[in-house]
This record gives sequence, structure tokens and C-alpha cells, in this order.
Amino acid sequence: MTTALPFADVGRPGERLGTLEEKHRVPLPPPYDKDEEPPLPQLSAQVRAACECSLDDTVAVSLPRPKSPEAERALVEGFLAGLDKLFSEANNWTFLEPLVLSIEHCAKCQTCAEACHIFVESGRNELYRPTFRSEILRRLYFKHRSGGSLVSRFQHGDIDINWTTIARLLELAYRCNLCRRCAQTCPIGVDNGLLAHEIRKLFSMEMGIAPKEIHEKGSMLQLRVGSSTGMNPAAMRDNVDFIDEDMSERTGVPVKTRWDVAGADVLLTHNAGEILSWPDNPGAFALILETAGISWTMSSDLAAYDAINYGLWYDDAQFARVALKHAQAARKLGVKKIVVGECGHAHKSMMVIADRILTGELNVPRESSMTLLEDIVMSGKLKLDPTRNDFPVTLHDPCNIVRLMGVVEPQRRILRKIAPGFREMTPHGVDNYCCGGGSGFAIMSGHNFADWRMRVASRRKFRQILEAFADDLDPKHPKYVCAPCSNCKGAIRDILKRYRAGERVGIHYGGLAELIVNAMADVKPGFINFSEL
Amino acid sequence: MTALVFVPYLAALVFIAAVVIRWVKIARLPVHLRWELYPVAHERNSAYGGSFFERLDWWKHHPPTNRMGELKVMVPEMLLLTGVHEHDRALWFRSYPFHLGLYLLAGFIGLLVVGAAAQTFGVRVEAGWLTTTSTVVGVAGLVLLAAGSLGLLLRRLASPALRAHSAAADFANLIFFFTAAVLGLVTFATVDGDFANLRLFVRALVTFQPAGEMPALVAVEIVVASALAAYIPLTHMSHFFTKWFMYHDVRWNDEVNRVGSKLEAAIGRQLGHKVSWSAPHIRGDGKKTWVDVATERVSDSGLRPVELDAGDGKNPPRVLSQKEIGKP
Repeated sequence: MTTALPFADVGRPGERLGTLEEKHRVPLPPPYDKDEEPPLPQLSAQVRAACECSLDDTVAVSLPRPKSPEAERALVEGFLAGLDKLFSEANNWTFLEPLVLSIEHCAKCQTCAEACHIFVESGRNELYRPTFRSEILRRLYFKHRSGGSLVSRFQHGDIDINWTTIARLLELAYRCNLCRRCAQTCPIGVDNGLLAHEIRKLFSMEMGIAPKEIHEKGSMLQLRVGSSTGMNPAAMRDNVDFIDEDMSERTGVPVKTRWDVAGADVLLTHNAGEILSWPDNPGAFALILETAGISWTMSSDLAAYDAINYGLWYDDAQFARVALKHAQAARKLGVKKIVVGECGHAHKSMMVIADRILTGELNVPRESSMTLLEDIVMSGKLKLDPTRNDFPVTLHDPCNIVRLMGVVEPQRRILRKIAPGFREMTPHGVDNYCCGGGSGFAIMSGHNFADWRMRVASRRKFRQILEAFADDLDPKHPKYVCAPCSNCKGAIRDILKRYRAGERVGIHYGGLAELIVNAMADVKPGFINFSEL
Repeated sequence: MTALVFVPYLAALVFIAAVVIRWVKIARLPVHLRWELYPVAHERNSAYGGSFFERLDWWKHHPPTNRMGELKVMVPEMLLLTGVHEHDRALWFRSYPFHLGLYLLAGFIGLLVVGAAAQTFGVRVEAGWLTTTSTVVGVAGLVLLAAGSLGLLLRRLASPALRAHSAAADFANLIFFFTAAVLGLVTFATVDGDFANLRLFVRALVTFQPAGEMPALVAVEIVVASALAAYIPLTHMSHFFTKWFMYHDVRWNDEVNRVGSKLEAAIGRQLGHKVSWSAPHIRGDGKKTWVDVATERVSDSGLRPVELDAGDGKNPPRVLSQKEIGKP
């Protein structure tokens, strides 16, 4: 355990408030236990001089340092104005009650700390304690609200209200995956994940500050062009056409994605990242739905062909705009339901959070692809040969689908039917650990942030994967991590690559739909080709 | 001693007012977006954390209303602190005696009131089971509260992390509990064996009569205990009742927004709230509503994050590109 961080230090200028110390970290399981971790690449002096990065060894937002005391004051005032709005009904009815409850009732017992994979895998670095950022926000809020009265400082503690504190709080909001595993353990019900989410919102919605990858190149790009990948509708259709051709050739089953079919039963939405990075997944969906005789379509409307909704992580306005686009596309086509493909945050966005935004005709029923796939697999509509999946398979539970939505068993029932070598990770289900890519981390790669993510946030998932396959780490025996979520796949891809897990221990990854197609008797054998994963 | 009788009345008044005000304040907060966390206790498959989303065409089925499932979680949670027991056993060994002590003392006060009421109606209870039971419950409560608060205080002092995260009030609160409990025990052991004086005092309270003379230590104990009771709901320790909101309104709130429902009407009203968020992609001017913000086209002017110099002190900052900053 590292030494405690006094809150008085948070507002003191300095190069960094804390640093990652290797000596406190628990080694990975064999065969990685003897490996020497290369040091985290340091931020250059140029970056340190230009950006607000005085929190730790990395930087998520790359906010320019203000150049004058006046600029700092303006930023502080902007933050405090945002703080007032965060606690106002008009501006934040969306999360006001959970926010107030979590701000006012923490007993500071620290029960939540051991549930946090980032805190534990960092060697219990105090910076990443789930309550650390919450406590900064709490102290700022009460001090601002009371004008710094003695009673308030006695009751809630003190903190400097200055730009150093606020800039560090901004970065701290992006050292949390928003997986809410900590909230599960709180005896009172305080939710530190929610508080990280609210801090992000304050910065984005009041000050326009958010990581470029999730705002400018994320939700803004999706709203302007149609997808955060940059694909416009024509490019999307071209890519999907190519996937259809490739799938038809490789599987021997004709595949044709249906576009903009009015009155279809199902509007299927994919994370567009799948189209570019894991085309087998949308291809597998198309093949499964066609073979099962489902009436389905995809939409080529702006933003509707990309199921992502990054607003979920940092901005309610952006969230609402994208959710609306998805619902409008479904309404326009007159489909019976929207089915969300293998994307965790798109599941939670559309099915849970958007539920209290979409009213009237826009309230189109939304369903998980896990449920639809389960129905297809169990109904006998596909001829399945489980022996084709005769390799060890483990399942990663995307937090958004499982802990935050309660879709736990459908994907398991599928795996039990089609993958004889299925085994669980420990822990799993609603007690799972985040892949480390949650809340935007998987797509944030500025400077050394991706290195930090793999070194800290994704480390617990890699540990779990190794433990799940501990009985056979022979690289000649391929093993499959089934991750039914695009962002999780991205994070798992990166961590497996970093540790050369394919080469050293034979561990590969992919989605659920690919495993189903791999088991289909009518498909040419070998759809999952481990040498290409 | 006549004035002493007003102290518990005043404390009760503050306690009730604080609880009611906080309860109403929270209950009147607007409907929020769903933010549930599984397992949700009233779900059919809460044993493994499953939800109604697991069913095909889930909206065609009635949502589960297994209130017994909620009780099965909530009652042990309240009585045994099962959450702390599961996630932080070391804390539980300190926190549970503390909470059990408080429960017993609440029961003790209840028994004193029942005893006083019984006496008022002519029932003799001086040497009966009620007196014996209340004495045992009272002493046990005081011992457990003293032990628990001391354990929690020492833990908070001994752990650098807990110490760093604590405000002065976090220590003071525990010292307050410890002092009140020890004072009660000392009073019992020295001047108020069998809580005889306390019983007389409670009888005076129940009958709205002036309290008779009593040892100074008992009077001090009454003042300290009253102050403590009044103080609790004014702090984060109000979680003894706000936990209900945390679980039912947030953690387990999976109420579905159905077309034509009251919930939908409430959401509709809230979507009409005026937004004043200032970021360039929102430009809330206090006139635009949430509906306006959500439906405006991003190609409309002003939605693209403006590229401004962060150093001029007037404009919001912009995010630097990798190219501008250079690689690490």
C-alpha cells in the first residue's frame, strides 16, 4: 500500500500528485510472473509544460495549461458555475437524486476500495481509491455552497478551491471505468462511479472539456458524419457489402445485409467499430439472422447505423441527441423492435438510460442481441455442431450488459449449448471485473494513456483470463475469450497483444456471434481461424 | 430540574423535523434516468442478478414485483449489516456492535416509555420482567455502543487512508457516541443502578409532569443523549433512513417508462426544463429546453467545439491535438 494522500496536497501545485510504484503491485500469474514490466513511458517535458497533467504519470484529457492567473480564475469560476448547475433540477434532473444521495451520505468507511480493479491493480495507489475523487468533489461542493464556513469545514473537511485542485479532479474523473463495482459493495448505497460520471459531465457540459476521442472525434463526429469511425452512410454500406461478400465466400452460405427495410421486425444496430475492426461479428449476425429467417434490417440514417452513444460516459446532452437519432430511425422504418448488437455501452444507453428520455412514438421497444441469439440458438432454427467449438472458451461479462442491466444468463445458455469447453472466470456475472476499457478508456490513446490503461485498468481482466485457462497454457492449444462487446474486445485485444498471449499461451478473443457461426453445421468448417485472430 | 424535561422534547422535535425535512427534500427530487445496479432484489432472478431484460420481447410481460425479495435483502441488511459482513469483515466486527448497540438503545427507550405508560395506567412494573428486560437491553446497548464506537474510532485513527479521508466531524461523531455510551454506563454503575432515576424521568416525560430531583450525572447523561439523538439526522448518519431512497429510488429502481404512464408524463415535464449549461456544444441560454437541445442539428452554428486560446482568461479552453503537443 502506498502512503495516504492528504487532501491539503491536492491543491498544491507540483509536477505530479502521485506515481505508479511497481513494488506495490501483485505479479501476474504464470508464465508472466517472472516477467519484468518495462517502465511506463514518461510524458515528455513538452507535454508536461503544455498540458494539465499534474495528477500522475499519464494524461487523458490533454487540457492546455492556462497561461495567466486571470485564465486560471476564469476556469475556476467556470467550474463553480458548473457545480451550481450540477445540483440544479433544471440542468441535472437526469441524475440529481443519485448525485445528492451519494454526495451527502458517504461514511468514508472505504469498504468500496477493495472492489476497484484500478485501485487494487495499481498497488493500492491512493490516487485511484474510488473515494478519492468523490471526496474532492464533496469537499469542493460543501465549501463552495457554505462559502467555506467553519461549520462546513468541520463537518465535511477542507480543500483549496483553485485551478490545481480542479485540473487534477478533471484527470481523476478519467481514472475510473464507471464499472460501478465499488457501488455494489457500499453498505449505504453511495456510488463513486456515478460521482466520476457527474464530474465528467460538469466539465463537458459547462466548460466544453472532454477527451478528444470521446467528444470531438466521438459523439460530435457521430452526429455530424454518422459514425465516430468517420464512415458516412455510403462508406458504411460499402464496407458491409464487402463483409457480406467475404462471409458468403468463407462460409458457403449466401449473406446479404438488408438496409432500410420498412416494417421489418428487427432493426439491428452495431457498434460501427465492429465493421472496421471485427467484421466477422456483423457478418456472423447477418448470417445467423438470415439463416434463422428473421425479418431484419439495418438503418443507413445519419448516426443510426452506429449504435455507439459516448454521451453515456460524459455528457447528457450528447447522450440524448444520439439516443434520439437511434429511436427516430426505428420509428421511420416502423420496425417492431431495435436489437442492440454486441456492444455493452450501446446496450445500456439504449435499453436503460434512454428509457427515460424517449417518450410517445419514439419509445420503440429495445432488446439485447443476447436474448435474440439465445432464442435462435435454442429454437432449433440453426443446425449446430458443438464439436466444432471443441476448444476452451471463457466468457467476459461486459459491465454494461451484466452488472448494469442484469442480462446474465442468455449468453451463458448459448455457450453451454455450443461450446463444450466453456468455463467461467472468477468472479463472474454481476461480480465481474471490467475489461479496463470501460467508459471510453478503450478508445482513449493520447500520449501514454493506453500504456497506463493496460498496465493498471486492464490488468485484472488479464489476470482473470490467465486464471480461467490455467489448466492448459500450451500455446499450441488455442483458447477463446468470448467478449460480447466492442469496447471490451478492444481492451482485451490490446492487453493480449501487449503480453503476446496468442503466441505465448494460445489465448485469443472474439465475439459470441462468431462462436455460433463456427458451430453451424451448414457453414464451412473453420470459420474461427485462430491463426488470424 | 424542571427545565431538564424540555431537553428530550426539544431533541425529539429536532430529530423529527430533521428527518421529515430531509425525507421530503429527497422525495421531491425529480425522477431521474435509470441507474440501477444488479442484483435488483425484486427481480425474479435476483439470485444471480438477472433482470427482465433476459426475456425475449420483455415489454410484453408484466415487470416483476417480488417485494418479498426486497425484504429478504433489506431486513438482514438492516439487522445484521450483511453488506459490510460480506465486503469488509474487519469493519463489520466494529460496525456491527456499534449499530446493534444503537438498535438496543432505541429498544431500551421504547421499553422505558412502555413501562412509564404502564405505570401511568396503574400497572406495577417496578420489579417485573419489563424492568429486568429493559435493564439488560440498556446495559447491553451501552456496552456495545461504547465498544463499537471505540473500535471504529481507533480504526479511523490507525489507518492512514481512513484518517486522510476523515473530516474533523468524523472523529468527533465517534467520540460523541463513545462519550454518551460511557457516560450512560458510569451513571448506571454509580448513581442510577437499575436505571431507576431514568425511569422516573421518562415517566415525567410521558405524563408531561416536571421531573423530580435526580443526581447530576443522570441529568448530564440525559442532556448528552438528547443532543446526540438530535444531531444524528443532521449529518451523513441520516443514512439510517435515506438508505431507503438509495436502494429503492436508485439501486433497485428499474421502473419501465411505458407510453401513457405517469412516469412518461413526469419525464415529459422535465424535458421542458430550461437548460443553462454553457459549453459551446450546448450553449444553454436559459431559454432552450432539454427537448430543444436534444433535437437541434449539430450542423447548426455553434455546436462545433470552438478553438479558443485557453490563456486569454475569457474563453473556454480547447483540447490540444496530438500534433500540437507532440508525442511523449
